[in-house]
Amino acid sequence: RCHGRGSPGGGSGAMGGAGSLLPREALGEYQELTFLGKQEILLAYKRFSELLPKEERENACSARVPKNQILTLPELRANPFQHRICRVFSTSQDGDDSMSFEDFLDMLSVFSDSATSDVKSHYAFRIFDFNDDGTLDRKDLEKLVDCLTGQGEESRLSNAEMEQLIQNILEESDIDKDGTINLSEFQHVVSRSPDFARYCVLQS
Amino acid sequence: HFGSSVASYFIFLRWMYGINMILFGLTFGLVMVPEALMGKPYGSLPRKTVPRAEEATAMNFATLWDFSGFAQYSVLFYGYYNNQRTIGWLKFRMPLSYFLVGVGTIGYSFMIVIRTMARNANEDGGGDDTSFNFSWKMFTSWDYLIGNPETADNKFASITTSFKEAIVEEQESRKEENIHLTRFLRVLANFLALCTLAGSGYLIFFVVRRSQKFALEGLENYGWWERNEVNMVMSLLGMFCPTLFDVISSLENYHPRIALRWQLGRIFALFLGNLYTFIIALMDEINLKASVLFLFTIFNRHMCKDEDFQQLEEEKIVKYNMTIWEASLYNGTIPENSTAPPIQVDPADVPRGPCWETMVGQEFVRLTVSDTMTTYITILIGDFLRAVFVRFFNYCWCWDLEYGFPSYSEFDISGNVLGLIFNQGMIWMGSFYAPCLPAINVFRLHTSMYLQCWAVMCCNVPQERVFKASRSNNFYMAMLLFILFLSTLPAVYTIVSIPPSFDCGPFSGKTRMFEVISETLEHDFPSWFGKVFGYASNPGLILPFILLMVLSIYYLNATSKSYKEANLELKKKLQSVRSR
Repeated sequence: RCHGRGSPGGGSGAMGGAGSLLPREALGEYQELTFLGKQEILLAYKRFSELLPKEERENACSARVPKNQILTLPELRANPFQHRICRVFSTSQDGDDSMSFEDFLDMLSVFSDSATSDVKSHYAFRIFDFNDDGTLDRKDLEKLVDCLTGQGEESRLSNAEMEQLIQNILEESDIDKDGTINLSEFQHVVSRSPDFARYCVLQS
Repeated sequence: HFGSSVASYFIFLRWMYGINMILFGLTFGLVMVPEALMGKPYGSLPRKTVPRAEEATAMNFATLWDFSGFAQYSVLFYGYYNNQRTIGWLKFRMPLSYFLVGVGTIGYSFMIVIRTMARNANEDGGGDDTSFNFSWKMFTSWDYLIGNPETADNKFASITTSFKEAIVEEQESRKEENIHLTRFLRVLANFLALCTLAGSGYLIFFVVRRSQKFALEGLENYGWWERNEVNMVMSLLGMFCPTLFDVISSLENYHPRIALRWQLGRIFALFLGNLYTFIIALMDEINLKASVLFLFTIFNRHMCKDEDFQQLEEEKIVKYNMTIWEASLYNGTIPENSTAPPIQVDPADVPRGPCWETMVGQEFVRLTVSDTMTTYITILIGDFLRAVFVRFFNYCWCWDLEYGFPSYSEFDISGNVLGLIFNQGMIWMGSFYAPCLPAINVFRLHTSMYLQCWAVMCCNVPQERVFKASRSNNFYMAMLLFILFLSTLPAVYTIVSIPPSFDCGPFSGKTRMFEVISETLEHDFPSWFGKVFGYASNPGLILPFILLMVLSIYYLNATSKSYKEANLELKKKLQSVRSR
């Protein structure tokens, strides 16, 4: 999964104490393949190995961290899309949404400052697509709204309000009027928003 | 969580606090501190000493709370200041400073209000692209930097509110109405509002007349209610009439933002009417006393030699009494050529002249304090106790208190905004007579911010129909500007037309307060400056200047209109390029 990147990210500082276990060629490769700089990758490595139990830290590059451990990260803990994020970035064959180090790097790369808006919107689309069918249909949008309004009962929108909201969204974004929003429509809408690039950022 | 309109109130409050800090700095640093440090100390002059008769009660808490006693004869009020041209080793010109600070606070306030309005208008002109309003809210509103669950909860709540706001906007823009019924109901509502205003005005008038009657008969005979009747009635009217207006406005069926503006306008008219009735009644009181004594002097005219009717008659009586009293010190003989040295008398024993400026200042301070107390008590009882009652008695009550009556209260935006604006109007009106007012107001705003913030988060629920506040605060600013203009009229009138009290204050002895300027020009500036100033203040020069300013305003207005049009054209071009 190599997505092209623009200019290199962070600076070229020292290797860093905890990063001594990360082989040099791998570091170079990761810098090529992601939007992250050297320091950021080393920091990510450190955070990743902290999630592993002590015995597995030697082999951090090939170990997989279970989903519940990933969700303890502060950046994901309060995020309403935490499960979707894990599902989208995980390459696990068993469907248990565990993440390897490369999945982790992938995630950080997409959410970093230097990622392009195209890449971000591509992944955002996948995150919002709850049933993984390649389009955002009504059910997806309803689930999205429920995620955004929090888990409490009082804060949910009533059925009438939900109807009205989905109606308005489809009016605005669904250009071919097929009742769903596909990737290009989504990117068309989101690329015009001034807020998208600002908010879709994680920092370690 | 509570929506952008509640937030706009707190932002407005914070901005007002900034202005009051500057006003406080001016009055404190340039008026109160110099007089306290370099002026004659307490007890050296009659105007600076508590009269013998009041000395016994001067330190009581009740007297101090009422701002009489020691509080009255201190730097807090106009009457304490001496009319010496320069004081201390710095040769600080106290009367000039007092005058300039008074004028400067008003000038500064005008400048900053207009500057803020202009800045807001600039931001407003940018406009927003609402083509993908809902979609953006949906896809781009979550802030991925949030890591704290509590912050996340707040963000959820604010997103929900924002959705609801947008939905309401959309619904309102699609509503159909039955025109005739709506029009009839609106006319009816306006009629009811007018009746309320008229009733409130009459009530204030009635109460002030009664208090004047009490004052003539001597206040000691009456209890606490009679003494504070005017303040209490004004505060109570301010509390209940807005609720009445709220009920009336439910007849009108406007978009919530427009309904808020009507509400603000009506409460504005209410407070304005109350305040001006109050002022007129005060002026009336001074004139009432003066005119009663004037009738007495008609019969005693053979004792008064000069007939200078420019002075208030009461002052003449007092001056006459003072000469009699001085004579009594010389054991009954009125010396024609007084070659005897003046006898030392304790300043507390000297009879005093009336000091209407201090009286007016005291009334404003009392009104501000009682207004503050009423607001805090309303918050504590109306919001906090009500919330406690609903929360804890819900278990053992027949109907659901949280959904039916009384339920939790909502934050009353219009009442609070107007309270803030009118409070500021009172400060502007009264700070010339009571330099301590900005200080009191800074303290009040400070505590108000935290108290209301706590009350909103703890006891209020968001409104049922939240709506987006208008982009700029210019509506509030326009009202503030209007109030500022009206508040400065009384002060300007007194400076220009009414002679200052002869016995107290920094302008005592002059026929008009603004004479301190001409005095300064004479003494402190070289003579050619005075001549130039004389030429410059010639009406023949000022009128063309005013005409020139009006023409330049017209020209600037025309150019700004043409810029706006060019702006719109460019925006349209941009849009068509983008969507290609």
